[in-house]
Amino acid sequence: MTEDSLTVHHPSELQLGRIAYRRGKAIRSVLVAALSTAVVGTLLVVLITGAPGWQRVKTSFLDVTIARKYLPAILEGFWLNVRLFVVCAAGALLLGLIASVLRTLRGPVFFPVRALATIYTYSFRGLPLIITIYLFAFGIPGLRLQGTPDVTVLGGAAITITYGSYIAEVLRAGIESVHPSQMAAARSLGLSYRQSMRHVVLPQAVRRASPALLNDVVSMQKDVGLISLAGPIDAIRAAQIASAESANFTPYLVAGVLFVLFALPLIGVTDFVTLRAARRQNAGT
Amino acid sequence: MLLTCTDVRKTFGAAVVLDGLDLSVDEHEVVALIGASGSGKSTLLRCVNLLAEVDDGTIELDGEEITNPKINPDLVRRKIGLVFQSYNLFPHMTVLDNITLSPVKVHGRPPAEAKAQAMEWLSRVGLADKADSYPDRLSGGQQQRAAIIRALVNSPRLLLLDEVTSALDPELVGEVLTMIRDLKGDGVTMILATHEMGFARQVADRVAFLDRGKVLEQGPPAQVLGDPVEARTRQFLARIIEAGRL
Repeated sequence: MTEDSLTVHHPSELQLGRIAYRRGKAIRSVLVAALSTAVVGTLLVVLITGAPGWQRVKTSFLDVTIARKYLPAILEGFWLNVRLFVVCAAGALLLGLIASVLRTLRGPVFFPVRALATIYTYSFRGLPLIITIYLFAFGIPGLRLQGTPDVTVLGGAAITITYGSYIAEVLRAGIESVHPSQMAAARSLGLSYRQSMRHVVLPQAVRRASPALLNDVVSMQKDVGLISLAGPIDAIRAAQIASAESANFTPYLVAGVLFVLFALPLIGVTDFVTLRAARRQNAGT
Repeated sequence: MLLTCTDVRKTFGAAVVLDGLDLSVDEHEVVALIGASGSGKSTLLRCVNLLAEVDDGTIELDGEEITNPKINPDLVRRKIGLVFQSYNLFPHMTVLDNITLSPVKVHGRPPAEAKAQAMEWLSRVGLADKADSYPDRLSGGQQQRAAIIRALVNSPRLLLLDEVTSALDPELVGEVLTMIRDLKGDGVTMILATHEMGFARQVADRVAFLDRGKVLEQGPPAQVLGDPVEARTRQFLARIIEAGRL
């Protein structure tokens, strides 16, 4: 085959005709897409700006001077969200990894840990995050124990523990999707259960679960904003304060835009990883 | 005797797969297990490797009873190599890493030394240029040869081959069989479950015909395959000949 491709090939009349036809079709598709986008876009603009309440919405949500005035305060709050996100994401991944491995342990000795891990993933996936944050941030200090950390740490712990339970289940599904013959091959080479998990099963499980994992991380990125319920001044709380001061909703929109901008690279990575995983799966062996 | 199976029984629910099987293998001997699908060939190999637990009877390796539940299976498996029908290479590791995983992590060999030895093996079977490739870039025959090396690098006392050519395209079978023939020349003790009667005839010192969970007949390949004593062996071989596989 490689030798054939070395000889110079001149496309036949028939093939030239096909190429011309395909090119024509491609140009037409681009034109149609451009036209329909223009039509839909215009319709949307007309519909929104032509609405009877548009002027009021514009002044209460899209006030540029207010946005500019409160941006620094909101940005400062957002810095807390960013740091919280990094710490919570790392914590939740670690927690999820531990819980998922514990759930796959076999043998009667491990019954209590297996049961605990199962109870953990079931309860925290069911419990609304808001309630968990309230329980942690207001319940734990209520015990009046010495050395209780501040509400930011407690709220962060609530987010970490909640997301850890989701991540545990995603990873467990990944572990169980690795064919038992892989474990058999590893054991047949003399690797212990733990070594087989660490070197053979988990690396494959994480790879397969990575689209779903990243999806959870993206979702967590915006949920760190719920920390504002516990009291610390993050982007959302800063926006709330600014909104109360200015009697205008624009600060919320500013905070929202910040969250979206922060999420974009993560979403891009997720899409890329998902696409690559799908391609690899379709390549098949 | 290197390996002695005595009265081995294995059931899966109501299905009795091994029903009082006896088999022994001498050092440097190559034993081919033949028999219909479901006759217990693979199950026997899995029992020997302790991937499956026997329900009765004993298996001894080098005079030590390995079916004793007090024994650590990981230590037994270090002495036994197993090659699977579907290769079971680790897809997230390069060929080289597949091969050196066990020497480094289980046997505590220095990585450089394990790598050098793996490369030596790969060159010997003409796969040196595939060392850094991932398994999905290799043909079935190449994958299976890499899997055989992976099972061999720890110099096991016994190599078990479970229908290692069954998943291969016909034109790739030869390269794997050539490799196994070479191993016989090296004196590697092997038990191979196989459907390749012609190959069993060439390479095996002894052929054992498994039927209904027992070794029904065993002996030199020429006798078992050419002039079987048992009626059921003759029936089995007649079906194989009919299918054009002998």
